[in-house]
Amino acid sequence: MFESTELNRRNARVEKSMGFLYLVMTLILITPVLLILGLLIYKGAPHLTWEFLSTDPKSGMTAGGIFPALVGTIALVLGALIASVPIGVAAAIYLSEYAPDNWFTRIINLAIINLAGVPSIVHALHGLGAFVLFFKMGTSILAASLTLAIATLPVVIVSTRESLAAVPMAFREACWNMGATRWQTIRKVVLPNSVSGILTGVILEVSRTAGETAPIMFTGAAFFLPFLPESIFDQTMALSLHLFVISTQVPGVPEHVPYTVALTLIGIVLIMNALSIGFRMYLRGKKKW
Amino acid sequence: MLTKLPFRRSTTGDQHRAHDALDWAWLTDKAVGVLVFVGGISAIIFILSVFTFITRQGIGFITDTMEVGEFLTSPAWRPTSDENPTYGAFALIVGTASVTGLAVLLAVPFSLGAAIFIAEFAKGRVRETLKILIEFLAAIPSVVWGFIGLSIMNPLIIELFDVPVGLNLLNAGIILGLMSAPIMTSIAEDALKAVPDSYREAAEAMGATRWQITWKVVLPAGRKGLLAAILLGVGRGFGETMAVLMASGHSINIPDSPFDSVRALTASIAAELGETAVGSDHYQALFTLGILLFIVTFVINLTADLVVNGIKKR
Repeated sequence: MFESTELNRRNARVEKSMGFLYLVMTLILITPVLLILGLLIYKGAPHLTWEFLSTDPKSGMTAGGIFPALVGTIALVLGALIASVPIGVAAAIYLSEYAPDNWFTRIINLAIINLAGVPSIVHALHGLGAFVLFFKMGTSILAASLTLAIATLPVVIVSTRESLAAVPMAFREACWNMGATRWQTIRKVVLPNSVSGILTGVILEVSRTAGETAPIMFTGAAFFLPFLPESIFDQTMALSLHLFVISTQVPGVPEHVPYTVALTLIGIVLIMNALSIGFRMYLRGKKKW
Repeated sequence: MLTKLPFRRSTTGDQHRAHDALDWAWLTDKAVGVLVFVGGISAIIFILSVFTFITRQGIGFITDTMEVGEFLTSPAWRPTSDENPTYGAFALIVGTASVTGLAVLLAVPFSLGAAIFIAEFAKGRVRETLKILIEFLAAIPSVVWGFIGLSIMNPLIIELFDVPVGLNLLNAGIILGLMSAPIMTSIAEDALKAVPDSYREAAEAMGATRWQITWKVVLPAGRKGLLAAILLGVGRGFGETMAVLMASGHSINIPDSPFDSVRALTASIAAELGETAVGSDHYQALFTLGILLFIVTFVINLTADLVVNGIKKR
């Protein structure tokens, strides 16, 4: 019979206590945030009505709803997607299907990492210097969308590249052996097999873009503009900036209003994220290879 | 990576139509190759564009108004003073450094602990749930974190520590720590996952316990990735804007205690740029702060990449 020695018992003890220690550390990381989210829901949810979402802010933003900000955020996100998804997907196709393994490709990868690491306020400075002033777009939805597009481009590139890389090499080889060109292979084999993965990344980008505040501050988002923009050359309100404004700049806002705005913003972001995660899990289950 | 594929023309030559179709396909292929290459270098173009345009707006300040050394070391940031505006970035640099430092100090142990738990100890459903939770936490927008600092942490700190104002270094540090922890956790977890399972299996075959495997095998093997995770967390904290702006109290200070308010580089730009005239000294000084931020985050990211991949090409 196997008899546990003192060493075995000690190992088992250490094992147990270490596992427990790390569990506790994980919980310490997660619990406060869950409590905070709970508090946001507790204070904001009762006021999150259809009326709040669909009416204009009134009396200097201390009352009324958030309709223009909601529409503005949607416009900005759409604009950013239109600008960044084609470029991002092209970049990912190049990196995954064309790029040779050399120093130049490494520089591209470094540029992507660094673009992702540029502070959001520096993106705002860039948007102001380049789009608003140099290209004379003025503070507009267009300038803000382009700024956001550059800020979130790495998200699209990285997620698209991952889903392209997940298509097995043998699929491509089979297609090449039939005499197909590289592009025919990509269009008929690689993209159809990865389009849902790309979509997952796009949804993730929506969630990221909707929450960004700093890049739109000086490029196109207005503090207070209680009507809807008419063209992409107008300024607009945005949810994220609205939350900043009513919680720091405007006196006399009832306590529940910023909570409700925060809850709306976080709701949009988390729903988008959940969609993206759910989609990814569904795909993993469906995968044929 | 792909190997280069030689394009092969049809050898049956006599069918003209097949040839035309093939040439057309060949042309499209080349055109697409050029297009995706342009997309591929877009990241390089944009990073250069960011650097060029912020330098273009801010460089006048360094060349005409103030020397770099003086700008970085003088502590008085009084850009709106009527008689004698002064521009010194030192207090702002200290503000950013102290907030980031505190955040990293708080976040690193728990992030690494959580990463170890998720990668090495948790199994099945627990692990999936934790990963999704961490992903959710990483997605919370920074302006919401700022709001949390303002409306939840602020009264909490006043209550707990009996101080008059709760918007201070401690508040911003905790908020920033909570913000960067999920990112560090998920990068660190990736780094641990990247350690080949054969290492673990070899250690297990020698009779090592899970903890021994983690401590003696996985952590040493994944240490570069872990270091990169910490660096990227630092970079993120350094560049964070809205949360720091809202939670730090935003008063210029070289802090002696965690209960002092501080002002960060990013927050100064966000708060002041809207009120400056294009091209003024103040405006240019804020862009110079932007150049500083750009360079520092660039160096941090570059270091993280070198730590992981080494100097040699991949």
